Amino acid sequence: MSKDVIVADNLSKMFGDFVAVDHISFQVKEGEIFGFLGANGAGKTTAMRMLCGLSHPSEGRGTVAGFDIYKQSEEVKKNIGYMSQKFSLYDDLKVWENLKLFGGIYGMSNKKIREKTDQLLGELGFRNERNTLVKSLPLGWKQKLAFSLSIFHDPKIVFLDEPTGGVDPVTRRQFWEMIYQAADHGITVFVTTHYMDEAEYCDRVSIMVDGKIEALDSPFMLKKTFEVETMYDVFLQLARKAKRSDS
Amino acid sequence: MKQFLSFVRKEFYHIFRDKRTMLILLVMPIVMIVLFGFAITTEVKDTQVAIFDPSKDVATQHIRDIFQANEYFTIAEELSDINQINDVFKKGKINLVMVFSENFADNMIHTGDATIQLLADGTEPNQASMRVGYAQNILSTYLRELSLAGGRKASFQIAPELKMLYNPQQKSKFNFVPGVIGMMLLLICAMMSSIAIVREKEMGTMEVLLASPLPPAYIIIAKAIPYFTISSFNLTTILLLSAFMLHIPIAGNLFCLIGISLMYIIAALSLGLLISTIVDSQLAAMLMSSLVLMIPTILLSGTIFPIESMPVWLQILSSIVPARWFTEAVRKLMIQGVDFQYVIREFLVIGIMIVVFIAIALKKFKIRLE
Amino acid sequence: MAIISVQNLKKTYGNVQALCNLSFDVNEGEIYGIIGADGAGKTTLFRILTTLLLADEGIAVVDGLDVVKNYKQIRKHIGYMPGRFSLYPDLSVEENLTFFATIFNTTIQENYHLIEDIYKQIEPFKTRKAGKLSGGMKQKLALSCALIHSPKVLFLDEPTTGVDPVSRKEFWEMLKKLKKHGITILVSTPYMDEAILCDRIALVQAGEFMQVDTPQNIIDGYSENIWSVKSDRMHQLLQDLRDCPWVKSTFSFGETYHVTAKEKATIEQLNTFLTEKGYKDIESKSIHATIEDCFMLLMQKKNE
Repeated sequence: MSKDVIVADNLSKMFGDFVAVDHISFQVKEGEIFGFLGANGAGKTTAMRMLCGLSHPSEGRGTVAGFDIYKQSEEVKKNIGYMSQKFSLYDDLKVWENLKLFGGIYGMSNKKIREKTDQLLGELGFRNERNTLVKSLPLGWKQKLAFSLSIFHDPKIVFLDEPTGGVDPVTRRQFWEMIYQAADHGITVFVTTHYMDEAEYCDRVSIMVDGKIEALDSPFMLKKTFEVETMYDVFLQLARKAKRSDS
Repeated sequence: MKQFLSFVRKEFYHIFRDKRTMLILLVMPIVMIVLFGFAITTEVKDTQVAIFDPSKDVATQHIRDIFQANEYFTIAEELSDINQINDVFKKGKINLVMVFSENFADNMIHTGDATIQLLADGTEPNQASMRVGYAQNILSTYLRELSLAGGRKASFQIAPELKMLYNPQQKSKFNFVPGVIGMMLLLICAMMSSIAIVREKEMGTMEVLLASPLPPAYIIIAKAIPYFTISSFNLTTILLLSAFMLHIPIAGNLFCLIGISLMYIIAALSLGLLISTIVDSQLAAMLMSSLVLMIPTILLSGTIFPIESMPVWLQILSSIVPARWFTEAVRKLMIQGVDFQYVIREFLVIGIMIVVFIAIALKKFKIRLE
Repeated sequence: MAIISVQNLKKTYGNVQALCNLSFDVNEGEIYGIIGADGAGKTTLFRILTTLLLADEGIAVVDGLDVVKNYKQIRKHIGYMPGRFSLYPDLSVEENLTFFATIFNTTIQENYHLIEDIYKQIEPFKTRKAGKLSGGMKQKLALSCALIHSPKVLFLDEPTTGVDPVSRKEFWEMLKKLKKHGITILVSTPYMDEAILCDRIALVQAGEFMQVDTPQNIIDGYSENIWSVKSDRMHQLLQDLRDCPWVKSTFSFGETYHVTAKEKATIEQLNTFLTEKGYKDIESKSIHATIEDCFMLLMQKKNE
C-alpha cells in the first residue's frame, strides 16, 4: 500500500478578489509520475508554488513528504527537488561546481557529494565535461544535468516545471527516460508540460481550468471518459470551456 | 514628429506608473534639501562657553552676566591658563571660548584697546560660525547700549576666530546647498535616465524598437525629456525652499541661476545617456552612475572639500566633473550675487561638456543588438 | 518570387557556430516555418534578417533590400515578434498598440482590418496593463503590434513557446488568415506538430538546415519503414525493442512507440517477436511518419 506523498485538501490561493486556485483537492502516491496540466492562467504555477512551500495558501491545507506546506515549509523544501525551464544551473560555474553547490545547499556531506558526482557524471556520459562551464553545454545536456541535479540529494519528490520546453525531440525522450528511472527508484515526479504526448507518459494526469481541477485520472481513463483518441483532444475539450482562458 | 511625441508620452507613462520611483524623484529632493538645510541650522541652541578672564573687572563681569542670562549660552568653565584652550576644545564639552584682554574695563574706556577673542570649535564650521555670530551680536548690542546709556565712547574689539582642529574650512550652509542641489540633480538625471534606457534593453523592447523605423536619436532624446521636466520642477521647488525656508539669498541674477541649472541638468542627462550606451543591465547602470558619477561629484565638486586645497592632479580631475562648475557658478550667483559676466566661464565649460557627452553617446549608441 | 533570399550566411559566437553557411529562399505570401530546438540558431537567423545583428559572412536580402546596407528601409516594412514578450508591461493593451502604430507612422484605424480578428479577442481587456495578461493574450497583443503597420514580411520568433496547446492552435488559425492578405510569414517554432501548418519548412539543427521542403514532401520522403507499436508492459517493451538486432530505432510517441526497422523486416516479424517474449494486447501497424519522426531521423544521420 503506497502512501500519499502529496496531499492537497481544498487548497486555495486568492490575490485580492481574484481566486487563482479554487479549492483543489488531490493525492499523489509514492513513485507516481503525476502530470499537472492546464492552460496559461489556469492556476498551475500558483498551485505548484504552494506545494513547494514557496507561497502560503489562502485557504485549505496540504502536506508534501509528510510536512505541512504552511507550517513546515522549510522542511518541505529540504525534501523536494525542483527544476524549472527558466533556471536550474549557474551558467558561469563548471559542471562539478554546480553539483557541489547544490549538494551543499541540501546538506549533503562532502564525501556523499563526491561519490554522487562521480556516479552522475558516469551515468550521463559527462565525465569529460566535468570542468566545462555550464553555459558552454548544449541545451539538451543542460536539461539532463539540471534534472539530475534536482534529484541529486535523493528527495522524495521532484517538481518539474515545463522541463522540456524548446528541447529537441530526441533529447526530450531521453529526458523522459531519466524520469522513468527516477520513478523506478521511488522518487515521485510531479511534472507540468505543454507537450500533450508527454501527458501520455504520466501515470495520472490532472487538468486545471479556471483555478479548479476539472479532470484527474490516468490518461487511458481520461480518453475513455471524454471519448477521444489522444490527451490533446481531452485537453482541447476541457480548455475550450474555460472562461478564464486567456484572461 | 508624431513618432517622437508618441515616444515621449510613453516615457511619461512609465515614470508616472512606477509609484516608487516617482516618490524618489519628487519627494527625495525636497527631503534632502530640508534635511540638509535644517540639520545645519538648528543645532546651535546651546553653546557651552569657557571664559579666560585675566581682568576680572566690572566690565567683564557684566558681559559674563549677559551671556549667562542668554538662553543660548551657558558659562560652563572658567579657565586659569591660556594654554588650557586647546585641551578644553579637545575634551569636546566646550563650544566657545571667550578670552578677555588684560585691564579690560580700563582699556575699553580709555584706549579702545580692549579685545575679546571669540574662539569657536571649528569641527563643525557651520555651527561654529553661527555661535560666533550670535556672540558677536550680543556683544555689539552691549556696546550700543553702553554708548546710549553712558554717553562716553566705549569700545572694544571683537576678534572672532574659528579654532581649526583640522582642515581649514569656512563653509556655511550657504555653501552646502548649491552642492546638494548639484548632487541631487545629477542623481536624478544621470542615474534615472541611464536606467530608463537600459531597462528597454533588459526588457527586450529595445529589440522591437530598433527593428522599427524609429530613429535611434529619438529614443535617446525622448527618454531624456521626462527627466528634464521633472528636474526642472525639482529645481523650482528647491529654489523656493532654499529662499523661503532656509533663507538662503538669491542675491544675483535669477535668470542666470536658472540658466546654469538647466544647462547642468542637460549635462547630467547626457552623462546618463552616455552610461546607458556602455552598460547592459539596470544594475550596472546604477552602479556606474553612483560610483563613476556620484562619488567624484561629492568629493571633487568643491562642496565638502575646497578644490584650492587639493593636490594639482586632483584639481585637474575635478575640472571634468560638471558639478564642480555648477557649484561654483551657483555659489557666485546665489551668495555673492554676481552678474552674468562673472559666470561666463562656467556656462561655457558646461556647454562644451554637453556637446561632448551627447556626441559620444550618439556615436556609441548601438543601432543593432550586438 | 523570392521575397527573402539568404546566401552563405555564417555567424559565430566565440567558439560556437550559430549559423553554418545557410542558404535558402522564402517565396512571397508563403508561411515558411523554421523548425528546430532552442540553440539551433533560429533566433540568430531572425535577428540577422530583421537587421538587428550583423552576420560574419554571407548575404541576406529582404524584399529586394540588403539587410546591411539598406537596414533603415527594411525596418519600415517588416513586423517583428521576438522570442520573449517584448511589449511594455506597465502600459495598457490599447496604449501599447497606439504606441507601436505611431512609431510606424500609422494609426490603429488605418490597418485595423488586418488585426481585427485578433484584436477583437483582447479588446475587452484593452485598458488592462499588458504585464497582467495571460500568455496567450500577450501573444495576440504582440502579434497585433507587429501587424499594425501592414508589413510585407512578418518575422515571428517562437511565438507559441510556453503557451498551452489550445492557444497555440488559435494562434496558428490567425496566421492562416493573415495569408489571405498576402503577408509573407517567417515563423520559428520548436513544436513539431506546428510544422504541418506551414507551406514550406526548414528543419534546423546546430545552425544548419537539415532539410527544406513542403511538410508533405518531407513526410513522403521518409526513407524508413515505420511502425507504431503498443502492448502491455510498455516499460519493458522499450528495452526489448532496443535490444532487438533488426530494430533500428524506438522512440516514445505518446501511448505508442514508433519503431523503425532494418529493410526486409516485416510487421509480422515484429508481432512474432513480441508474442514470443510474452507480451499481450499487442497493437502494431504501419504508419506514415510525422515531421517529428523525420526530424529525429535527420538528427541521427547528422550525428553519425
